[in-house]
This record gives sequence, structure tokens and C-alpha cells, in this order.
Amino acid sequence: MPKTLYDKLWENHVVRTEADGTALLYIDRHLVHEVTSPQAFEGLKLAGRKPWRVSSIVATADHNTPTEHWERGIEDPVSRQQVETLDANIHEVGALAFYPFKDARQGIIHVIGPENGAILPGMTVVCGDSHTSTHGAFACLAHGIGTSEVEHVLATQCLLQKKMKAMQIKVEGKVGAGVTAKDIVLAIIGKIGTAGGTGHAVEFAGSAIRALSLEGRMTVCNMAIEAGARVGFVAVDDATIDYLKGRAFAPSGEEWGHAVSYWRTLVSDPGAAFDTVVELEAATIQPQVTWGTSPEMVVAVGGSVPAPEDFADPVKREGIVRALEYMGLVARTPIKEISVDQVFIGSCTNSRIEDLRAAAAVVTAAKGRGKAASVRRVLVVPGSGLVKRQAEAEGLDKIFLAAGFEWREPGCSMCLAMNADRLEPGERCASTSNRNFEGRQGAGGRTHLVSPAMAAAAAIAGHFTDVRELV
Amino acid sequence: MRAFTPFDGLVAPLDRANVDTDAIIPKQFLKSIKRAGFGPNAFDEWRYLDRGEPGQDCSRRPTNADFVLNQPRYQGASILLTRDNFGCGSSREHAPWALEDYGFRALVGTSFADIFYNNSFKNGLLPIRLPTAAVDELFALVAATPGYRLKIDLAAQTVTRPDGTVLSFDVDPFRKECLLNGWDDIGLTLRHAEEIRTFEAKRRSEQPWLFSEVA
Repeated sequence: MPKTLYDKLWENHVVRTEADGTALLYIDRHLVHEVTSPQAFEGLKLAGRKPWRVSSIVATADHNTPTEHWERGIEDPVSRQQVETLDANIHEVGALAFYPFKDARQGIIHVIGPENGAILPGMTVVCGDSHTSTHGAFACLAHGIGTSEVEHVLATQCLLQKKMKAMQIKVEGKVGAGVTAKDIVLAIIGKIGTAGGTGHAVEFAGSAIRALSLEGRMTVCNMAIEAGARVGFVAVDDATIDYLKGRAFAPSGEEWGHAVSYWRTLVSDPGAAFDTVVELEAATIQPQVTWGTSPEMVVAVGGSVPAPEDFADPVKREGIVRALEYMGLVARTPIKEISVDQVFIGSCTNSRIEDLRAAAAVVTAAKGRGKAASVRRVLVVPGSGLVKRQAEAEGLDKIFLAAGFEWREPGCSMCLAMNADRLEPGERCASTSNRNFEGRQGAGGRTHLVSPAMAAAAAIAGHFTDVRELV
Repeated sequence: MRAFTPFDGLVAPLDRANVDTDAIIPKQFLKSIKRAGFGPNAFDEWRYLDRGEPGQDCSRRPTNADFVLNQPRYQGASILLTRDNFGCGSSREHAPWALEDYGFRALVGTSFADIFYNNSFKNGLLPIRLPTAAVDELFALVAATPGYRLKIDLAAQTVTRPDGTVLSFDVDPFRKECLLNGWDDIGLTLRHAEEIRTFEAKRRSEQPWLFSEVA
């Protein structure tokens, strides 16, 4: 019987199955950061247990780290204690790789894993972070997990999991100029909703997904969780293999050849059956802007904020009323008339080199106009030390600085505002991150999710604008 | 984890869809390296009028009288009635920690986000999925009846209303067993350590590139 990629990834990792279908899934790679691991390490210690296989661990500090004045260290004592706890735990147990605060390779966990070749096709990957789905870009089964599960994986190298339903999201055709991976995934979420993928493992397929770089595929898989799917992935192709060649933890020599021939099998067989299939036409996707407090509250840049009466379901209608109030918006306002106070370019969704190039290209195309005077701050936060140095080698930092943007040190930064980078109450932000929830970027802050190019365009115009008119 | 026993509890309604884990416990409280003490900050931004920071004495903070959990009639609630997609977003287990520490033992709603659903079971918090019509009716009954309570019996997989109506719910047998007994699933998994070792050895020989060692 033809198998889906999910069937193959699943079957390859099942150690045993309980009578009700609950399986023990072997975990190849465990990504660890400072926020969701301290209680797990503590639990392990209290129970007198040892980590099962420390060479599966890749760790970094990213959520709490400041993005400026590194010479001052971490000034918030509570944040500092959490980062120091990670340092102590990793020094005690060990890891395949650890990139602590200020290390040249430190960065967002979901950026540093792939760029160092520590994420390989066919792996099961876990991390105490919902955006672990990112690694599905490499045909991995990558689960975001809670802290109890972090402890379970540390102790047993396994995850207890039931097989999910298989969903295929097919995006066929070619996207227009100025339309990016971020717009594709926001359009998908707009179509299926934030719970559309609940209980499903999602395979992103179709010619428009194939045409994406691995960076673009990571952006799409990253936001699978925003569509409710714990895991999302893309089949292996030449682009996957080209990306991995020569990376630090990727195989080499004779082993490379063996690995590649196995990786080539990590595709859904022709005729494989999915429980759910969703189709989108790439050519119809426009640059997207979220207007509300859930990623599914999204429209094309040429559109307007909806009105509660557009929705029949009373719970949904009430949600729209509440979102309009929180966002300080009036129904029917054209998206292009919404002005912004801050712009954030970064996060595990959009902080890779390709994202920074796209933002810089918009700045260059604006021919010296720079940040609008009405915009208080534009933060550009690279995903890792390696991305930062690559961007600087290409002169992107100069482009941003000349435009009045700030060029920061790597980290999660204002995606979730655990460090000092945050919105003030009532401030409105064009953000390349993944969540527009109430208070996500700071209590009372208002987030609009967009692509890096659209964020840069908003920074220059002072309000949302169709990047295709600027470039 | 404590064993989950049948109980009868006061119900509080949270009538909105897509309640995310950022709302359940805002990020600034995630800096803690402990598992306990998150209850006073559950729903912090909705519950209080000032800006919440770790280490505050929450009993002295100004509360938002409009927020449902602050209403006198819902004090002491141990069952939270919820809408679609409760617990979406971040995987932070601090969300079930906060709900449990607040005093909730069960959540009754139409649907829960996958990671949150899973995390709840690891912490003695039972998320119960019921059909939309049943949940709609419960919201109406709770609104109309001060002191509205439900009986929850996990072994029987039932929610019983004061009028005697019994609502049945589904739960995976494995999760149910663990929760009923308060079992530590790490201990359970380690009983299969030999099988894991065998699997790992086979994997190492077939795909050695997955097992790079610390340099």
C-alpha cells in the first residue's frame, strides 16, 4: 500500500505500541533552551535519573537574552538566573552542541539547529517549544512538547505519542512577485483556521512549496502550529540535500552517499491516501496582513478589516468584536490606512539570511527614504550569530542602519518579549513573528503579522502598504 | 502526580474561543525555574488592572471586576467551562501548571489544542471534550444558576449535571489509566528500557549519521 511521508517517519521510530495505539517514539534530536528545560532537569535530578543520550542534545539560550549591550550581560536578575541554570545543567550533563549566551553560534534554537546541520531528514526532533514544527522543512517529524515531555525524553529518549491523522496542504502554481513563504502560510491559516490542523500531521506539498528555499519551507512549517498542527513537514528533494551538504553536523564522505540515498525515500508515495486534503492556488495569494488577535484573522493587503456582522456564528462574532476593540480598529478600515508605531523583523519564523535580504531589498528599492518619522522604532534581529555575520558580510547591516533601523544581536526578542524588547500598551507593530495574541509582544501591544518585505515596506511608509508597489 | 478521583465542583465559564497559552500565563512569569506558584498569575492580563511582574504580592494588586473569574459567584471554582481551541499557541506547560495551581481540576469544552491537551494530563488536570450543543447548554445553565456545579468521574467517563443528566466523554485508555493512578509515565516507559536499547542499537547501525558524538 502506498505510504504517506508521515507513515514512513512514524513507522521508522516506533519502539513499541500500547493496546490503545499509544506508541513510544524514539527521538533522534532534542533541542533545549532555557525557558522550558529547568524544571525538567530538576525533575530528572530529584528522581535520581540520568539523561539517556546526551549526544542527542543541542542547546542554546535565546528567549531571555538581550539583543543589545551584551557587554553588560543579562541585567534582569530573573532572566539571568534562568540562563545560568541552563549553563549549569548543560555543563553537568553534556550535549552534542551548546551555544550559550554570547557564543559566536548562539541564536534562536530553531535557526541554529538547521544551520549547523544538526537537523537531518528522517529525524524525530523535539523541543520544549511549539515552533519545533519548523524542522519539518527537512522531512523531519518535529514535535513541540511540554516540560514534562522534555523530562521524559531526557530520561528515556522516547516520546509517548498517538498517531495523528494525515493532512496534505497542496499549494500549486506560482506565487506572484513580492509574495513570500510567510504569505503562503498566512493564507493557509486564513483558509483552514487556527484549529484547522488540530489532531493532524500536515504535509505541505505542491509546486509552490517545492519552489521555496529551505528557509522558506522553514517559515511555512514553523507556522503549522498556528494552524493547530503540532507537526508539519515537506518531502525531501534536491534543495533539501543541497542545503545540508557541508554543514557542521551533516554526514560526509562515504556516509553522505548512504544518507542521501535513504533521504531520497522520504517522500509520500504516489497514490498515498490522506485523511484531509486542502488545496490552494498560489497565483491567488496576495501579501497578507493579520488584523486581529489570532493568526486566522488575516486578509490580503488590499483588503479591509472585517465587521462582526460578516460572521454568522455568535462565538466567532463575539471574538471579532473583542479583537477589534483590543486592536483599536474600526470595522471596514482598509489595511493600507493602518499606521504602525514599531516594526519587528526577526523570530524563528523570519530571521534567516533570506528574510533579511528580502527586507534589505525593500529598503534599497525605496531609494533612501528610510524609516518613516512616525515610526518609533524598527528592530532587525538576526536569528543567529552566523546569520548576523553573513548579513554583515553582505552589507545588509549598513543598509538597515542607513535607513534608521536598529541592528541587534540574535535572539527571540520581541516575538514574545521576554527580554527588554517589547511594545508599550496601545503600540501597533508590523511584525514578522508568528503570533498576534493579546499581549504577546508586550501587555496591551497590538501585533500585525506580515512577511519581512511587507514589514520593511511598513517601516518606510509608516503604515501598511503593498510591497509590490514599492519594489 | 496525584491520582484523579471523582469530584463535584463549582463551574466557572470562560466564554471565548481560541484562548491561547499566552493569555493563560503571560511570558514574564515563564522566567521562573520552578513548577509551582503560577496560580496567582493565571490569566494575569485579564484578571488585574496593573502590569504583572514576577515576584509581586498579587493579593494587593487592583483586580478587573469585569473578568469572569473575579466575580464573587465563581470563587472556588474547580471546573472551567471553555470554548473551541482552548490552550492554543505556545507549548508552555506553565499554562496547565497555572490552571492547576489556581484550583482547577478539570476543563470542559468543545476542543483543546494538541500540545496543551497533552500537557494537562501530565499534571492531573483533566480536559474533557463534549459536543458543541452540550457545551452551549452548559454555558446557559451556568449563567442562569448561581453556584452551578458538575460531578466529574474519570473512571466512568461521565460529567453529571445537577438535574441528573449524564454526559459521556471519550479519553484515550492509556492517558486515563495514568491519570486515574497518578502514574509517573517516565517510570512506565523505563520498564521498556531494554526494548529502547535494542531499537537504538539497530538505528545506530542503519543510520550512523544520526549518532554523531560529542567532539
